[in-house]
Amino acid sequence: MNKELVDKIKNNPDYQELVSKRTSFAIKLSISVLVVYFTFILTIAFNPSVLGAPLSSDSVTTIGIPIGVAVIIFAFITTGIYTKRANGEFDDLANKIKKSVKED
Amino acid sequence: MNRIFTFLILGAIAVFASGAIEGAVEKQALNMSAIVMFVIFVGATLGITYWAAKRTKSAKDFYTAGGGITGFQNGMAIAGDYMSAASFLGISGLVYLKGYDGLIYSIGFLVGWPIILFMIAEPLRNLGKYTFADVAAYRLRQGPIRTLAASGSIATVVLYLIAQMVGSGKLIQLLFGLQYEVAVILVGVLMVLYVTFGGMLATTWVQIVKAFLLLSGATFMAVAVMAHYNFSFGSLFAAAVDVKGIEVMSPGGLVSDPISAISLAIALMFGTAGLPHILMRFFTVGDAKEARKSVFYATGFIGYFYILTFIIGFGAIVMVFQNPQYLDLAKQAVSGGSPILGGNNMAAIHLSHAVGGDFFLGFISAVAFATILAVVSGLTLAGASAISHDLYASVIKRGNVDGVKEMQVSKIATVALGVVAIIMGIMFEKQNIAFVVGLAFAIAASANFPILFLSMYWKKLTTRGAVIGGSIGLATAVMLVILGPIVWVQILGNAEAIFPYKYPALFSVTAAFIGIWFFSITDSSHDAEKEREAFEAQYIRSQTGIGSEGASEH
Repeated sequence: MNKELVDKIKNNPDYQELVSKRTSFAIKLSISVLVVYFTFILTIAFNPSVLGAPLSSDSVTTIGIPIGVAVIIFAFITTGIYTKRANGEFDDLANKIKKSVKED
Repeated sequence: MNRIFTFLILGAIAVFASGAIEGAVEKQALNMSAIVMFVIFVGATLGITYWAAKRTKSAKDFYTAGGGITGFQNGMAIAGDYMSAASFLGISGLVYLKGYDGLIYSIGFLVGWPIILFMIAEPLRNLGKYTFADVAAYRLRQGPIRTLAASGSIATVVLYLIAQMVGSGKLIQLLFGLQYEVAVILVGVLMVLYVTFGGMLATTWVQIVKAFLLLSGATFMAVAVMAHYNFSFGSLFAAAVDVKGIEVMSPGGLVSDPISAISLAIALMFGTAGLPHILMRFFTVGDAKEARKSVFYATGFIGYFYILTFIIGFGAIVMVFQNPQYLDLAKQAVSGGSPILGGNNMAAIHLSHAVGGDFFLGFISAVAFATILAVVSGLTLAGASAISHDLYASVIKRGNVDGVKEMQVSKIATVALGVVAIIMGIMFEKQNIAFVVGLAFAIAASANFPILFLSMYWKKLTTRGAVIGGSIGLATAVMLVILGPIVWVQILGNAEAIFPYKYPALFSVTAAFIGIWFFSITDSSHDAEKEREAFEAQYIRSQTGIGSEGASEH
């Protein structure tokens, strides 16, 4: 990729839109996964008894179990959300940029 | 070539069959269904390898299966790589032993995946060709960067291989009464056959078939356990508490202090993003779209699988623990308690017998064996690629080598790795295999991940920074692992660990990032300036994929 092409794509509004939208989307999703996970793991480290609390007084099942499973499901859902938007909106933008490069 | 191949197949079957018969003579009743299913699986995978061998002509075929794998297939294969013997036997064993702690461990293994998707998968696919070092070295100096990336890859691969070999040895030992060493050698020989003849195509399809079998088998076990308790988790947990006490329901000693907790979390999250055999799979799909789908499907399969292993672990607590049928009487006589045959990692295997009898035990044993074979093949291919593509072709020959020669070197490297895996597998027989994988993750997180990540996103990264910082990360991880409780105390027999934590990632990853940052920003050489200038073009390609189609069609 030569300098001229680099500058041209850099100044392409579609490219700028793609990079800023994707970057902020990816960062937001990453942060939400990290916050959820680190809250979980640090609760275990600092105050494990929170997750060891029984769901109800006559049950041995602890609140930690549905929470743990929810973390797994949450992680999966975030990958679905990202893939859907990236394979649609972001790829459309990328294709538009590719087309504009090929035209000249 | 085909004749040699046929000969090797027959040889492998002969070794296999004679081993099985020998085991039967030495040990208890022969489990015919297990043996038949083992042989069918090995036969089928060798068939796949034969089919793949005919389609593996170029280096691209060998390393990336020709780049024609779909997102769904690749997701299955990635999940297959991840659902290793260490995951299946180790985590269900950990749940069996400690209950809730096993769930904490598996969640850590899973949460790396979304991060890989958001940050790594696309740029990796758009910039690389065969190995992740392609990306790290994209705008930096080939020699030093590839040497370091290859060292990180090989260290990770060898550690991970140890875990798999230990699992295989114990499993086959338990099933056939075959000697541990013989079992390890058998696995080593088969994996070398798959990789040298069938390359990535065989490795991928063996992995897909196995992932399907493993998910089916684990689903059956979990459903059988739940059916036993009328599909009520409350009843299952209540029964487990009756047997092992209320501790199994809450976090226990796995992550007792905050440092260990954060360190384990970093190792698992960033480690996943630095595993060479997983990263390599992103080059087997056609474009970024398929790469994203791969992660989506893989995360789904892996998450589902971990929920199953949790149920399986609890099932083992109620059906295997204190069941005289699975008790290791010899061990009990020495150390008391209720040890099970083959150790805690065999909990899932015994459970398969408890819920499905000899036939299902045979099936699960065959699947677990298949798991090991498939995972070690992927690992070996990744290790061999680091040696042939990064070290041989790019560093030693400086890119002046044809694909056929490179492939030959890769095959020689495969055989060498096979020998190393066998020797190490025998050395590490007594370790808990889930923790050995933890060590592999520490190195992947400290050496491979920081270089890969910063090369994609940080403009100011220079060769000097990456090499010095990455080496610091690698050295710190290895050193702290050696000085830590597992190697220093359990293996070397010292009284007290010099480094008190089992998981060094918090320290070694931080050291790597600081090292890379410091030695990059202070690098004022002419080369460093050029490397920074090259970032813009690389970033455009990583974001849009422009230029990547051509480059992957070598």
